[in-house]
Amino acid sequence: MTHAIRVRDLAKTFPGRPPVEAVRGIDLDVQVGECFGLLGPNGAGKTTTLEILEGLTGPTAGEVEVLGRTWRRDPDGIRERIGISLQETRLADKLTVKETVTLFRSFYAAGLDPDEAIALVTLQEKARAHVVKLSGGQRQRLAVACALVGDPELLFLDEPTTGLDPQSRRQLWDVVNGYKARGRTVMLTTHYMDEAERLCDRVAIVDHGRVIASGTPAELILRVGGEHVIDFTVAGPGPGVEVLKQLPTVRTARHESPRDGAAAYSLSVGEPHRALPALLALLQQSPAPLAGLTTRTATLEDVFVTLTGHGLRDAEGSAS
Amino acid sequence: MTAKFSAITQLTLARLREFYREPAAVFWVYGFPLLLAVGLGVAFRDRPVESIPIDVVTDGPAGLAKAEGYAAQLGADPRLKLKLLDAAAARERLRTGKTGLVLTPTAAAPGWEFLIDPNRPDSVLAKSAADSTLLRAANPGLAAAPTAESDEVGGRYIDFLLPGLIGANLMGGGLFGVGFVIVDMRVRKLLKRFLATPMSRRDFLLSLMLSRLLFTVAEIAVLLAAAWALFGVSVRGNWLALSALVVLGGAAFAGVGLLIASRAKTIETVSGLMNLVMLPMYVTSGVFFPADRFPDSVQPVLQALPLTALNAGLRAVINEGAGWDALGYPAAVLTAWGVGCFLVALRVFRWQ
Repeated sequence: MTHAIRVRDLAKTFPGRPPVEAVRGIDLDVQVGECFGLLGPNGAGKTTTLEILEGLTGPTAGEVEVLGRTWRRDPDGIRERIGISLQETRLADKLTVKETVTLFRSFYAAGLDPDEAIALVTLQEKARAHVVKLSGGQRQRLAVACALVGDPELLFLDEPTTGLDPQSRRQLWDVVNGYKARGRTVMLTTHYMDEAERLCDRVAIVDHGRVIASGTPAELILRVGGEHVIDFTVAGPGPGVEVLKQLPTVRTARHESPRDGAAAYSLSVGEPHRALPALLALLQQSPAPLAGLTTRTATLEDVFVTLTGHGLRDAEGSAS
Repeated sequence: MTAKFSAITQLTLARLREFYREPAAVFWVYGFPLLLAVGLGVAFRDRPVESIPIDVVTDGPAGLAKAEGYAAQLGADPRLKLKLLDAAAARERLRTGKTGLVLTPTAAAPGWEFLIDPNRPDSVLAKSAADSTLLRAANPGLAAAPTAESDEVGGRYIDFLLPGLIGANLMGGGLFGVGFVIVDMRVRKLLKRFLATPMSRRDFLLSLMLSRLLFTVAEIAVLLAAAWALFGVSVRGNWLALSALVVLGGAAFAGVGLLIASRAKTIETVSGLMNLVMLPMYVTSGVFFPADRFPDSVQPVLQALPLTALNAGLRAVINEGAGWDALGYPAAVLTAWGVGCFLVALRVFRWQ
């Protein structure tokens, strides 16, 4: 078996007025041993897709195969072999970490010793603490321990680090990387592009219920046109986008919404050492002075903005 | 391995731990019924009738002298507290409940007339007491029947109340212990999380029933022990029959709780539904006063309610000393409710 997950033409429409087409035809192939990320803004259909894969929701149409089994024919066989962390599960406040993990262990025919699962997420010191006393990051690690205690072949994580501080996010990434290092498969959703770049071997970018791009993070970044980005701002009307595209090695140019009469630009470039002098020369002839300039490595965020024309976090209030 | 991590054991343990680590829950389940029993037992403790207020009208057709004469005769019974008043004042006192009886002397035989409030037991009692005292005064030779006083327990209000409280506790425990807990888990998405594991749904529901059963045994034991220690209330009937009735009652209300919780998505919804189910039964099912106080026309409905049947069975065993033979009707009603609700609940249950 090479496919851990195989999805064809998956669609899900929630009844209502009007009906909500959460997923509109998704194909996915996740290989055994890889970490696959579903990326996209809130409401893109990531969670719905994941819940169908987890057997919590039935698809409206399409085929789903998990670990070579289907939900219709062998639901218990799949449940026994997958581990899940849902978005926002509130575990019982008054149980201890160890009691909670032991409870989840009891649902599986085979699995890890609860202490072992707790050690995997480095919560040993909190094993006797009540869940209510844990921090957000510790709770999320406990949720992952509950997912790991059945010793799953495939781990589903739905937005594992949303709302966590940077330190807690890093701790969780270590847990996922440790699990991956044992040759197991991970499928996660996130709307943090840095998280996807850190953890995922391959990603699919989902928007409005469809996969709009997929591949390794590096491939996707190359596909947008360049590994480097030059962001600059001019105080006043700046040069046209078409002019900027003529500069050496510039692949794409975006003109971002001007504020206070200033204009912001974002160029993806192949070779900054050639593009930058030409850009500066161009700007010197421009009547508006240069107000700021930075260069950076392109991220999946740039991929997303380029592909969809809108920001990844438009839909949400805040992001760390 | 399997024995160490049995799902039923772990789920039941989790319920027990969550409960005992929540002081408020412990109070509502154990403390509250106990306080209620003590409070009501003290407030309604039986006392001998000490005083019966009677007003004698002075401005009636037979005049003041006759009124004073009757008052003197009535004074033979020390319980009667007499007041001589004009008719208007006496009527006003009867209307406001300050006196139980207005006696107006008349010219015609037998020489007096009564004014009572037929809806008030004290008024009816005052009339009988005045009547017999005056008749005895008129016939001095009439011998008083010898009257002995029983002080046996079993007929006091607390004796009546205790089985009712046990029944109400079983109802509250079943509804909250199952209904509330399920909806809370649904709101927390814990039910959904459990569903994503190989956990068997049967184990989950069985563990809820099992944990209820364990709580119930402790609850009833505490109530019975306290009632025995404080008021000397004892179980006169068969203990095994009582236990069977308690288990059946607990299971029936757990079924009702499961049905109530089967689709509710919020704590508010389930609280409303539980009150809708519990409050009418608190009033009509003979917890604080007998269910047969209600008109005959509604009795078939009341008698078919699970709490009415349970209370009737509990009273028969605890107060009347009945055994298994008294369990037929309550058992039939409780089984019907329990099984019916459980089956419907399983069909309509929303796991996520």
